[in-house]
Amino acid sequence: MVKQRGLNPLSGVAVAALVGCLGLAGTANAAALHMAWSQDATGLDPQKQTAFSSIRLLELIYEPLVRLDDKLAVVPAVAKSWDFAPDGLSLTFHLDPKAAFSDGTLVTSADVKASFVRLLDEKTGAAARSNYLSIASIETPDAQTVTFKLSQPDVPILAAMAGVNAAILPASAIADGSVGTKALGSGPFELKSWDPNAKEVLVANPNWAGGKVGVDEIDISVLPDETAILAALRAGQIDMALLNDPLVATLVPGVAGLKLDRTPSISYNVLQLNPSRGAMQDVKVRQAMSCAIDRKAVLDTAALGEGQVTGPITVPAYATDPSTLFCYKPDLAMAKKLMAEAGFANGFSATVIAATGEPATAAAEAQVLQSQLAQIGIKLDIKMMELNVYVDAWLKGDFDMAVALNGGRPDPYTMYNRYWTKTGNLQKVANYVDDTLDTDMNSARVETDPAKRKAIFADFEKHITEVSPWIWLFTPYTYVAERSNVAGFVPTPTGTLFGLSAVTLK
Amino acid sequence: MNLLTRRLATFPLVLIGVSSLVFFAIRLVPGDAITAMLGTEAGLLTDAQRAALQAYFGLDKPWIVQYGHWFWGLLRGDMGISVTYGKPVLTVILQRFPLTLELALLSMVIALLIGVPAGVFAATRNERAADLAVRIGAMIGQSTPSFVFGLLIIYVLSAGFGVLPVMGTFTPIWQDPLANLGQLILPAITLGAAFAASVTRIARSAMLDVLGEDYVRTARSRGAPARTVIWRHALPNALIPVVTLSGIEFGYLLGGAVIVEQIFALPGLGRMVLDAILQRDYALVQGAVLFVAFNFMIVNLLVDLAYFWLDPRIRAGGQ
Repeated sequence: MVKQRGLNPLSGVAVAALVGCLGLAGTANAAALHMAWSQDATGLDPQKQTAFSSIRLLELIYEPLVRLDDKLAVVPAVAKSWDFAPDGLSLTFHLDPKAAFSDGTLVTSADVKASFVRLLDEKTGAAARSNYLSIASIETPDAQTVTFKLSQPDVPILAAMAGVNAAILPASAIADGSVGTKALGSGPFELKSWDPNAKEVLVANPNWAGGKVGVDEIDISVLPDETAILAALRAGQIDMALLNDPLVATLVPGVAGLKLDRTPSISYNVLQLNPSRGAMQDVKVRQAMSCAIDRKAVLDTAALGEGQVTGPITVPAYATDPSTLFCYKPDLAMAKKLMAEAGFANGFSATVIAATGEPATAAAEAQVLQSQLAQIGIKLDIKMMELNVYVDAWLKGDFDMAVALNGGRPDPYTMYNRYWTKTGNLQKVANYVDDTLDTDMNSARVETDPAKRKAIFADFEKHITEVSPWIWLFTPYTYVAERSNVAGFVPTPTGTLFGLSAVTLK
Repeated sequence: MNLLTRRLATFPLVLIGVSSLVFFAIRLVPGDAITAMLGTEAGLLTDAQRAALQAYFGLDKPWIVQYGHWFWGLLRGDMGISVTYGKPVLTVILQRFPLTLELALLSMVIALLIGVPAGVFAATRNERAADLAVRIGAMIGQSTPSFVFGLLIIYVLSAGFGVLPVMGTFTPIWQDPLANLGQLILPAITLGAAFAASVTRIARSAMLDVLGEDYVRTARSRGAPARTVIWRHALPNALIPVVTLSGIEFGYLLGGAVIVEQIFALPGLGRMVLDAILQRDYALVQGAVLFVAFNFMIVNLLVDLAYFWLDPRIRAGGQ
């Protein structure tokens, strides 16, 4: 008699029980979008929060006066229209009469004024305050009109008002001190619950002036490991996810039923030099480093080619073609010649700092740069740091070189005045003062003609890459992975998730 | 003074030592709650803005004054407020602790259910093929990092079967036992596998020692069945090192299995402490470490009491 070999029925029951316990990831509620990201918000006060992870959540709940679309053009939000005075000394907004907070209260000019007064109050501790210092006074001629009187023409202020740091808060919440503990905004969703670093639930705001949103609810899980996020997508446990690591994101297109939105970002990966230290005080040494670095190789090796080589300005409307900038085509012979002219023919030693996992490619970038700079005799010691330790050193300008991923802004002035003007708040991080850069930045602030502004920024880019205080490398992609049941999401270069307001589930 | 009283008397001293160490150590690390919240944007703050935020986060006083406030609060049962959660520290800890406790218990049950029988099995087949197989298995289990094992489980289940535990949330057992088990079984297996490997090796080694004792030979020579000799006479005496190992391991697990909680996105104590450190939520780190230290001491005390129960000689000496 032949005994049939096969699966023990009990083991089959055990597997079935396990699978039953784990649960096939379907969703009971068809109008609930299940999402995941690896980093959670660190707080609910939209004026104080600056981390991408916080902004991604808060911009679903709060609205500024204006916002940026997927082409980085300024479009209406709480305000339906706006105009600068001919002399550029005032900016008037006309509010959408339907704009309302999620509790049904209409947004008025009093709320706008109270919000900006709070933002400008040093006691609030809002880092974004520095973008609005030209506001001299705020007038509210009627409930739907608000006028900002400016101390000087300030063209970039409009784009600066498009961020959630300039969100309009209810004057009543400001008065009772509940901002930051209770999220009450006029955005497309309202916050139903928030368990920090674990989960948040948003529900559609029925009072949103933008109309009905495509889903009733968004459940966001915080899954710190991006491979686990991919697994959750694959298993159908979530519909959509934000990804940061190119190593994980590039796996998405290979999975049936998943698609990847890959959008060039306006943030930038850069090797920050410290021009106040050692050999890097000599412009020829900095130029030599710029010539020795093969930016495309850094991008291809450290980030799997996921990004684009960039000059300093990453906003497409103002950017110069990188290939026309100084030494963007690697030139080792020139680099060696410049090192010799500077008296460093045998190179020198320096330390480069980088934050562990921030960005995900930081360590790999440092290693590629180390090997490229070794070709001109520069011996780099890589020092990986926990993010806060890195930020502490970075803010003090206490480094020889730093691998960094810096955030971009829709206007180059707002993006760079902090580093390259003589009064910039982060001038001590840049450790470099330059009359041309200062003049260019300040001219661009007051110039209203777009063509002239573009020319100013072109001059800025040409000059800064020639004097090379920093070596710009590449802009990364922002990634949103979706299952095929998700439709309607529009990604943007700023990485905003406002496009979730148009998402529907099939 | 008996052992229990002596041990309990040391608790306050140890807790004061741990709390002082943690309080000052975390403040020595560069960065603070302001840089954790704002990142590089903290550089845009004016002096007045920074001062306002320091006052908000309670960082505007000298360390020793901060410590005094915190310690005085502790004596009144107030561990402070978590700046991340906006809630009392003890409330946040007690919300996260049930998951960690259940995960630790489940892992220990898995480890003991596998490890003790496997150790006994190997010891009674010393230097035979079965013994070798168990030893190799234990070696692999012990030397495979839990994150490798965890990620493999996630990958195989999601890619091969399209299933996964529900991640990022926790359903208490009293609300939905099946959902609770679904969330914890894989992390518990991941943790329990390495734990079981250690238990197997310790149990095998202890059993080999005990099986060579005179009283075991005597029992055998008096014709006691092998099963009785092993499970009734030998095993209880071989369990002392297993209890010691389990106590230490369980104590660690009560501090949160950080890596496994991170991989499976479980909102437990370990992940909470890690996030609190990264976000420089000082009050939460201090409170959580104190809580973990207290748990560890309780577990050690229970282990010592277990010795009394397991070994009459210690009982006699203790009295």
